Amino acid sequence: MLNPISAAFKKAKAENRPALLTYTVAGDSSKKQSLDILKSISKNADILEVGVPHNTPVADGSQIQTSAYRAIKKGIKIDDIFRIVRDFKKFDKNKPIILMGYYNMIFQYGEKNFLNKCKTSGVNGLIVVDLPWPENKDFAKKCKKKSVYFIQLLSPTTTNKRLKKIIQNSHPMNYFISMLSTTGGKLKVSPREILKNYNRIKKINPKKEIVIGFGITDKTIGKLKSADGLVVGSAICKEITRSLNSRQNPVTNVGKLVRKLKNKIK
Amino acid sequence: MKLKKKIPVIDQGDSLGFWGGKFGGNFVPETLKKPIEDLEVLFNKLKKNKKFIAERDKYFQNWVGAPTRFIKLENLTNYIGGAQIWSKVVSDANGGAHKIYNATVHCLLAKRSGKKIICGDTGAGYAGKMLSMAAKKFGLKCKIFMGAKDIARQQPNVKAMKKNGAEVIPVYSGSQTLVDAVSECMRFWVANCDTTAMCVGSTVGPAVFVRICGWSTSQISRELKVQLIKEFGSIPKKLKLYNCVGGGSSSFGFWNEFMDYDKKQVEFIGVEAGGPAKSKKHAAPLTYGSKIGILHGAAQYVNQNSDGQIEETESISAGLDYPGISPLHCFLRDSKRARYTAASDEEALSAYKLVTKLEDLRPSLEPSHAFFVALKEAKKLSKNTVVVINSCGDAYKDRGILEQRLGKKYVKSN
Repeated sequence: MLNPISAAFKKAKAENRPALLTYTVAGDSSKKQSLDILKSISKNADILEVGVPHNTPVADGSQIQTSAYRAIKKGIKIDDIFRIVRDFKKFDKNKPIILMGYYNMIFQYGEKNFLNKCKTSGVNGLIVVDLPWPENKDFAKKCKKKSVYFIQLLSPTTTNKRLKKIIQNSHPMNYFISMLSTTGGKLKVSPREILKNYNRIKKINPKKEIVIGFGITDKTIGKLKSADGLVVGSAICKEITRSLNSRQNPVTNVGKLVRKLKNKIK
Repeated sequence: MKLKKKIPVIDQGDSLGFWGGKFGGNFVPETLKKPIEDLEVLFNKLKKNKKFIAERDKYFQNWVGAPTRFIKLENLTNYIGGAQIWSKVVSDANGGAHKIYNATVHCLLAKRSGKKIICGDTGAGYAGKMLSMAAKKFGLKCKIFMGAKDIARQQPNVKAMKKNGAEVIPVYSGSQTLVDAVSECMRFWVANCDTTAMCVGSTVGPAVFVRICGWSTSQISRELKVQLIKEFGSIPKKLKLYNCVGGGSSSFGFWNEFMDYDKKQVEFIGVEAGGPAKSKKHAAPLTYGSKIGILHGAAQYVNQNSDGQIEETESISAGLDYPGISPLHCFLRDSKRARYTAASDEEALSAYKLVTKLEDLRPSLEPSHAFFVALKEAKKLSKNTVVVINSCGDAYKDRGILEQRLGKKYVKSN
């Protein structure tokens, strides 16, 4: 069976548009609410990235940090996150889910246990922010055995030589970080420049799906339409914070935002 | 796990930067891979370059002020009535602590790499103060990340940083202490690594930062070795080197030149921060059996919960208030070369009181932890045992806390 992640890219391509990937933090602002948010956006998002909140995140900007701290404060545990994924899959079993987090959480849970749980709860891919190549070689192999995509990150600082090696060893999907920034930074390079880098990577192996993330909002997403997929994370976390602060319902507001994002790339 | 002889410990890591196969490494976002590799290439080249070493030594001697004093604490020795008690007064160094060595070397490296800005983290404020001094000396723009809680409790150092022209950026996330300052500094570097050099303030962080810091602070033991031979004719038969351990930069530097001696001759004792006597929180991962985890790019023993969330620490000394510990110390502990224990806030304060009462020496709260354990153990040791405590910081920065905890008479006006 085709991994639902690959199926999602196929579907988006058939509709002549990039896949829309969303990122929300598990347990933000409660376990139930984060599940409800996933349900409310699943109609318009192609792939759901679910953040595993960590309290010393070295690559996240303030919006995702705020979401993560909120979730941790409410007591979210890794097992709760697997439960959220499992419950979501009962609602929409074909929608791909990617967990994104930091390696210490996986290390403490045990790589094998973690991957078993991924399998049984329905996780389709993993992004581990601080486990770069070649340090991730062994773990990526273990993921493959469980049919979980290990998604490699690529950055504007990644040298050509390194890009080739990473892509050669990569699973079908990779993630290109648009600029030198933590998550949620203001887009400080032009979409044209980002796409130039993207195309350079794409050329190495056109069969690999490359998504672009970091700094993408409803203002910028339309200009990057030619990519295989686009990730919006901090803008969504920010919307959750805004909704909570103004005593509005984050579930409906985030649902609306994701619909808007989808309309911009149609 | 075994130490190799005749190879500097900083160079005993494997190709991925792990000491003993499991401590250290480079758990970093992809964006930092290239700048870290560039720094590694530069450092590996320069540390063998005679001209660079001569330049370093010139600044250490003329600007940092080498050597710092090695003195006998006669009154304490008489009072305790056991081993001879000596101190290496590293707080003599320009700026008042050992952090100047690492800061100087990082600025020299930044200059060589053509970077115009340098960013750094700080807990007690020493790493930040020294980086601001070195940055000013070498014409670099300086940004210092510091937890909001530490800014409040270490004002003298904050003022010094600002006076040196550094921008001090308060960090409000998490526990608002050193751990958050290091995270925020790394995030800043992720976003600005094309223009900015980063200085990690201790022997922590991705492997190359551990190595650079250890290489820099080793100046302390290079000096001590010469001073011991001058004083005793040779390295004493029974030598015990006591040092406080937070991240572990001063202790590593205090011990490095003596690594190859048998531990029966030269013993290393690291003293972690046990926190308030009545609190369960501490900053002593080695003493209290914390598990291996990943913090700030390196695998190390670290205070954490079962899910891998890093736990908050508590200590009277901002400089030791860190949930992890250098991979080098994890390696020295597991290879049994060094021994680690902890002193509580109250014990450190009592040692500070005793030392300042009897001697013309004013160790900051960090080395006061080491003084407590050293004085306790010295009682039971023979007269021919030489105990040396690294007084790696001056208490000037702590006067607010000291006044509050001990009263005005323990705080000198300067």
